Amino acid sequence: MTNKISLVLNGETVKTDCRPDTTVLEWLRGERLLRGSKEGCAEGDCGACSVLVRRAGEENYSPANSCIMLMGQLEGGNLTTVEGLAASGPDGHEVQQVMAENGSSQCGFCTPGIVCSLAGLMDRNQSPSDSDIHDALAGNLCRCTGYRPIVEAAHAAAAAATAKSDVLQASKVDLDPADGVGDDGCRFYLPKTLQELVGLRAEHPDAELLAGGTDKALAVAHAKERWPKTISTRNVAELRAINTQDGAIHFGGATTWEEVLPHLEAHWPSFATLVRRFGSTQIRAMGTMAGNLANASPIGDGAPCLIALNASITLANQDGERTLPLDAFFLDYRKSALAADEVIKSVSVPLPTEGEAFRVYKISKRYDQDISTVCGAFNLKLTDGKVTSARIAYGGMAATPLRATSAEDALIGQDLHDAAVLQAAKQAIGSTFTPMTDMRGSAQYRAKVAVNLLDRYVRDISGETVEVMAL
Amino acid sequence: MNVKPDPASLKIERQVVGKGYAHDSARRHVRGEAIYIDDMPDLPGTLHVAPILSPVAHGKLAGVDTSNCAAAPGVVRVLTVDDIPGKNEAAPILHGEPIFADGLVEHQGQIIGAVVAQSLAEAIQAADLVKLDIEELEAVFDVETAFAANSHTHPTQHLVDGDAASAIADAQHRISGQLQMGGQDHFYLEGMVAYALPGEDREMLVWSSTQHPSEVQVHVALALGIKSHEVDVQVRRMGGAFGGKESQATIVAAIAALAANATGKPCRFRLRRDADMAATGKRHGFVMNYDLGLQANGRITGMKVEALANSGHVADLSGPVVTRTLTHLDNCYHIPAADFLGFAAKTNTVSNTAFRGFGGPQGIVATEAMIDIAARQLGLDPNEVRRVNYYGSETGEVTPYGQDVDDNRILDVVDRVMQNAEWDRRRKEIDAFNAENTILKKGLAMMPVKFGISFNLTALNQAGSLVHVYQDGSVHLNHGGTEMGQGLYTKVAQVVAEVFGLPLDDIKITPTTTGKVPNTSATAASSGSDLNGAAAFNAASAIKGRMAAFAAQEFGCDEADLVFANGQVAAGGQSMAFGELAHKCWFARISLSANGFYATPEIHWDGANLRGRPFFYYTYGAAVAEVVIDLLTGENRCLRADMVQDCGKPLNPTIDLGQIEGAFVQGMGWLTCEELWWDPSGKLRTVGPSTYKIPGSRDVPPEFNVEILDDKPNVHETVFRSKAIGEPPLMLAISVWLALRDAVSSLSGGKLAANLDAPATPERVLFAVEDMQRQVSELETK
Repeated sequence: MTNKISLVLNGETVKTDCRPDTTVLEWLRGERLLRGSKEGCAEGDCGACSVLVRRAGEENYSPANSCIMLMGQLEGGNLTTVEGLAASGPDGHEVQQVMAENGSSQCGFCTPGIVCSLAGLMDRNQSPSDSDIHDALAGNLCRCTGYRPIVEAAHAAAAAATAKSDVLQASKVDLDPADGVGDDGCRFYLPKTLQELVGLRAEHPDAELLAGGTDKALAVAHAKERWPKTISTRNVAELRAINTQDGAIHFGGATTWEEVLPHLEAHWPSFATLVRRFGSTQIRAMGTMAGNLANASPIGDGAPCLIALNASITLANQDGERTLPLDAFFLDYRKSALAADEVIKSVSVPLPTEGEAFRVYKISKRYDQDISTVCGAFNLKLTDGKVTSARIAYGGMAATPLRATSAEDALIGQDLHDAAVLQAAKQAIGSTFTPMTDMRGSAQYRAKVAVNLLDRYVRDISGETVEVMAL
Repeated sequence: MNVKPDPASLKIERQVVGKGYAHDSARRHVRGEAIYIDDMPDLPGTLHVAPILSPVAHGKLAGVDTSNCAAAPGVVRVLTVDDIPGKNEAAPILHGEPIFADGLVEHQGQIIGAVVAQSLAEAIQAADLVKLDIEELEAVFDVETAFAANSHTHPTQHLVDGDAASAIADAQHRISGQLQMGGQDHFYLEGMVAYALPGEDREMLVWSSTQHPSEVQVHVALALGIKSHEVDVQVRRMGGAFGGKESQATIVAAIAALAANATGKPCRFRLRRDADMAATGKRHGFVMNYDLGLQANGRITGMKVEALANSGHVADLSGPVVTRTLTHLDNCYHIPAADFLGFAAKTNTVSNTAFRGFGGPQGIVATEAMIDIAARQLGLDPNEVRRVNYYGSETGEVTPYGQDVDDNRILDVVDRVMQNAEWDRRRKEIDAFNAENTILKKGLAMMPVKFGISFNLTALNQAGSLVHVYQDGSVHLNHGGTEMGQGLYTKVAQVVAEVFGLPLDDIKITPTTTGKVPNTSATAASSGSDLNGAAAFNAASAIKGRMAAFAAQEFGCDEADLVFANGQVAAGGQSMAFGELAHKCWFARISLSANGFYATPEIHWDGANLRGRPFFYYTYGAAVAEVVIDLLTGENRCLRADMVQDCGKPLNPTIDLGQIEGAFVQGMGWLTCEELWWDPSGKLRTVGPSTYKIPGSRDVPPEFNVEILDDKPNVHETVFRSKAIGEPPLMLAISVWLALRDAVSSLSGGKLAANLDAPATPERVLFAVEDMQRQVSELETK
């Protein structure tokens, strides 16, 4: 039998028996004939498909990439599209009013997605700064305008809005999500407890384990895969928690980057700055810290930061739990220690102690929403000018995220500002890695930058301005 | 200079023209109500098409086994070259450029065939099941290898003016070297798409995201073996094009039509992003070998350039692209002796094509780099070297290809931009910043742009329109230009509204279609509003003339006394609504429909000798950019840009401003973060936005100032004395790249030129920094 997917679409409760592995974009354009949302890339990068999503229990809408979001993920959620915003009044949402008048659209193909991103921004933030607006637009590419009028429209719309958009408020309806949707041909499990989750994982080792799906679902978006069985971690109560205990923060396995962000901001501002460059607002609303690690990509930015912070990862199955230091979790290129019957229960990060200076640097062709050529994370503890502990980890330099342990050894017990010490540590970094050449950078460039980033770190913690974005 | 006096008519206050109306579709854009081709409702029975792409860069295509593919779920037909009833021909200029590979594949991503299925997903999945028997051949990927082998796609062009070799040999100073610049993907947000509907007999209606409906019509007819009058091609709007949909839309439309023809069903063919980027052409990358002679004061005596364009596997538009490179190597500078060789190198990469600027930007980049290098070698300020070489009475006013620069505003735009940018103050501040900072360095640069307006090939400079006035006074407007976001439809509607004295809303803009206006040129070369605006002006004026003759009779006045304004027609104390007059004209059996035609005057071009007056006029602009670079990583950023752009009397300053800002950011992307990267097998690995990085909103300079110069009407007789705007401002972004070079040069106190190619990715900047540090330390040890 079919368990239909229930959601609120543009304020109206809808039940659909579409396959839960259908992308939201495909469903909107194909089944609902709502063709305002566009496919620009089918990889969650250009933002032309952006819609507003509010999942059960969330206060605000977030923009999301409908091209890589599956219908099963929307069970019990609220979905508002550009058409829904337009229906909110004779001239639509404030963002639509301003953008229609100030030259914010040329070809118009990216425009519906930009409208959704900015409407989502206004739902969370009624007086955004330029930087907030750039964060909100990082997942929306426009090839025509040069963005200036769009950024101005965001300011003007925020100034014009007297209250949160009525249409968004009115369409916030909490439905109780089912614990599974679909039928025998395509089943999408939405367990609510850890026990149910690990039980399903044991029962269906062939099922796809899905967190945010912001990388994994690309295969579906590209029509290369269909998923007859999917187990979502999203609604598992134990995995949705973030708590501080025993000198560490424990991030539940289904917490999104957007949910993690304020905690990073409080303890590791440099990590937070990195996360704001991590995908886009759309991606961070869906993508999880655990998913980023489970992906075991050598260029995921979460891993080097968390390794440098000495994080540990707790894996669970029906028999219990085990906890590993994070650097032991990565076995090889896209291969982790996560067994077929396990899930990531949590990621634990020890809180910073006196004298610790954590910094992470992401080098990429574009500042926002790019994948790192090199990502270097540094966490040194300095006591009376001497390095008392050091953890340095890189992404993009090897088949897995990797620590530069010999460089750490060269620094521990030494004076960081001793040129010979720094030189030795830099040499150690150089000899640790044999990076590869690809479209993001040559091996020589990666090697050079990895070494230079230690230089940057030393200057940075001394108070020097070290990044072009600081100007 | 030979500037014509402004006609008295230019002093008339315009009602509609010159006002900054919003884009006609803006409201529909923001509401998600603008219908692009893929948004059209599916007609019953619609099938979907996916391409079969070559996995090999160069090889003999011995066999295509489609049996597995044909048997896959949902598959209706599989098409290969054998299924083309007419000609397998997509070449826009030459011939022998296939729709489907025929016995030979020449680049990875070349289209070999197409799968037609019930759904797009089924078509894509089945396309992977085709078995290809390809015998690999040696592939060539770089233009220098092709140049050495004299392997080209289009005959080599050689523009010679005077004796450059002697001028350079005899010069006091000489610089020579090589500069490389990458190509650029258009990254229009809407991928290529076509939807074909078979009609009665052999008729075919094709909705195509094309800048060139007439060319699509010709090639669909050729492919189907039918006549042009059996094909109708329509397009209401594109989601961006930038030149990418000028010639390259043809193949997509032809395949949709072939599928519709083979199945008898409506067929939709949309290239998804990865296939679009693999299978369709881009801006040409170039290698420039240069040799320049100069006097001690920086005055150029002779310039020799070998401009080697990466044409890709076939010519496409590479011939005229290279022509435009050669005719823009002068930029704003008088070159006393020129020897410009243009070579369209044949390589086993996707065939490159038109892209905003059409070869012009590459020529200007090369020349501006030469000036930067020469100035530092001579110990001069690059802007002083520019100044002694500008076209003018003291240097000369004839280009190497023989055209008079008769509308020169170079000094005007340069002086304004230097003033707007507060150059002197900021130059000092930047030098002080660089003296204080060890790892962050700033750079500043100014450059002017002169860009020739008209298609080089004279024949293309023609346009048509069709205007109807209905009995209620509402107006139907159609013309051969296409709307890709640039606001052409809005501008042309303003022209027609102005002629009739009607509010803009009374003009109904209708989709471009080959059935209404035939034999059109591509909407390209910045010429859209010049050509189509003039053609629409002529059509509207013809109708207005008939209406005026009738109204003069009715009013008993002279035609000259009639005023068409605010929806009224008036003379003396009498007036009537425009709609009333239209109704009366109908009753009196006066035709209220007219086609309009326009052919650009004064231009001529000898393509064999590269001589003539190819351009009706020039536009001028200038920019100053400030950047900062990081010596440890090469990361860089533009902090401020100031631009001045001559728009004549703009038809719509709001739309022109959008073109200037958008072009600048797009040009900045080309020269900084946008990098096409092929692996050693010739596979393009940057086939989506996750790997190919176009500028985002944060990349726009935080200080971003544009001044539109609207004080001088075009001295040449364009429609309402406006000037073209689509392409020229893209080249203003070269200032960003020059500022990056300046920042690298700062390590030598500005004395040495940076060894920096384009795009200036962080990697290229870092290596240029290292190269500069090496040069400086060598100098110091000497």
